[in-house]
Amino acid sequence: MTASAVWTAEIEATLGRLRLDVCLSGDLRPVALIGPNGAGKTTLLRILAGARSPLRGKIEIGDVTIFDSEDGTDLAPEHRRVGYVPQGFGLFPHLTALGNVAFGVAADRSSESQRQAAEMLRHVGAAELEARLPIRLSGGEKQRVALARALIADPAMLLLDEPLAAMDPIARRRLRAFLASHLAQVRRPTLVVTHDLRDVKALDAFVYVLEGGRISQSGSWDDVASKPTSDFVAEFFDVQDRELSPGCE
Amino acid sequence: MKWARASVLSLGFLLLGLLVVPAMALLVAASPAELAQGVAHPLFGPSLWLSLRTTMLSLAIVVVCGTPLAWWLASAQGWPQRLADALVELPIVMPPAVVGIGLLETFGRSGLLGGPLELLGIQVAFATPAVILAQVTVSAPFYVQAAAAAFRRVDPDLLLVARTLGQSPVGAFARVAIPIAMPGLVSGGALAWARALGEFGATLLFAGSLPGTTQTMPLAIVLALESDVRAAIAISLVLAGAAVLLLLGLRLVAGLRPSDDATSRSKLS
Repeated sequence: MTASAVWTAEIEATLGRLRLDVCLSGDLRPVALIGPNGAGKTTLLRILAGARSPLRGKIEIGDVTIFDSEDGTDLAPEHRRVGYVPQGFGLFPHLTALGNVAFGVAADRSSESQRQAAEMLRHVGAAELEARLPIRLSGGEKQRVALARALIADPAMLLLDEPLAAMDPIARRRLRAFLASHLAQVRRPTLVVTHDLRDVKALDAFVYVLEGGRISQSGSWDDVASKPTSDFVAEFFDVQDRELSPGCE
Repeated sequence: MKWARASVLSLGFLLLGLLVVPAMALLVAASPAELAQGVAHPLFGPSLWLSLRTTMLSLAIVVVCGTPLAWWLASAQGWPQRLADALVELPIVMPPAVVGIGLLETFGRSGLLGGPLELLGIQVAFATPAVILAQVTVSAPFYVQAAAAAFRRVDPDLLLVARTLGQSPVGAFARVAIPIAMPGLVSGGALAWARALGEFGATLLFAGSLPGTTQTMPLAIVLALESDVRAAIAISLVLAGAAVLLLLGLRLVAGLRPSDDATSRSKLS
């Protein structure tokens, strides 16, 4: 992406019939990963989080190599310092909002972790949700709690899998703005899977297009939109009367 | 058509009656005074105490060993898991008497392990450990199957989130998977305990019916029938009461099922 990349990921992996072969990098600007269903977006995020190991490749976040097939480095998820928010937010249903956020605090005393969690919930504007179980939270409230939980462990990188999916249009609009402002504020590498062009624009994200396990296009959203190389990209950016470009090598 | 529907339904209610009437009959089978005499019978106390001790111990063994097995069965769908899954069901489909013979051929004096164990001074067959082993064998499948089903409903993404928040695999299992699967684990444990409490065939063949040592409540019922039917009814009522309490407990636990959040598996993009 840029010469001053904060994170890089060269990954070769297989999952069933899907073969993933990608090279991505990013700086502090959010990176949006777009692509059709089955392209491997969630798989890629889960590999970065440490759920499975690639066949080959190298993943670096900051100065830390979290995976390197050459020298056998393969850090466990708990040592990767990534904040992972899966589809549906992945809140623990048996814990309150405060319990969910406190889960990520490595404090010796529970009173201290509760204090830090309460502070983080206030930070994301969700202080009043402390005592509620996830089943009693709306989609937007869940998103705030999940973001607070991901941030409290001070991650070196954030991985967000469709953080605005399954929300009504009004909530989506409000939360998109919230997410954009918070990501700008926390200033840390972020990879966001999305199916919505408005998310890409609001986050001012660098775009990677993943199709069939490979990166078919990358660049700023207007670069990608101006030269769509596939029907998916043309449809995603709503390009009228398109003429597809030959694609990047 | 109404009469056809009614006659078909009546067949169903006939079956329901068959299920319920014997339990009701127990309640009216003896007067309170006769019941008091039954409870005072020398068979009642020792068999109740033995049943409680052995079933609690067998439940503990089933939970401690069955939980990791259920987790392993739920964590992947390879051929080893499918094979083990089928093997776990074996004691359910095998007649208890066959299980008893199998245990005897394993732990009896001339069994596969019985000889070496006896050299070490450990006698299993026709002693209290045999009661526990028989209960474990017949009841474990109920717990393992229920626990594996409960673990399969835990969204793997929740465990990954827990790991990214600093938990080890064991920590994520203990702090996330176990609490979410708890209603299923409790139901499985209750079913296993009920099965162990009612265990008869395998125990009789493998452990015998020695008062205070291997004579559990179901075995004591048979013996009591020959001498004092009131004692048999009193013991039966205790077992039936335990069953009713378990049924109510399970209904209560069913209301504590985890939310959709915990049980929806994430889709691959």
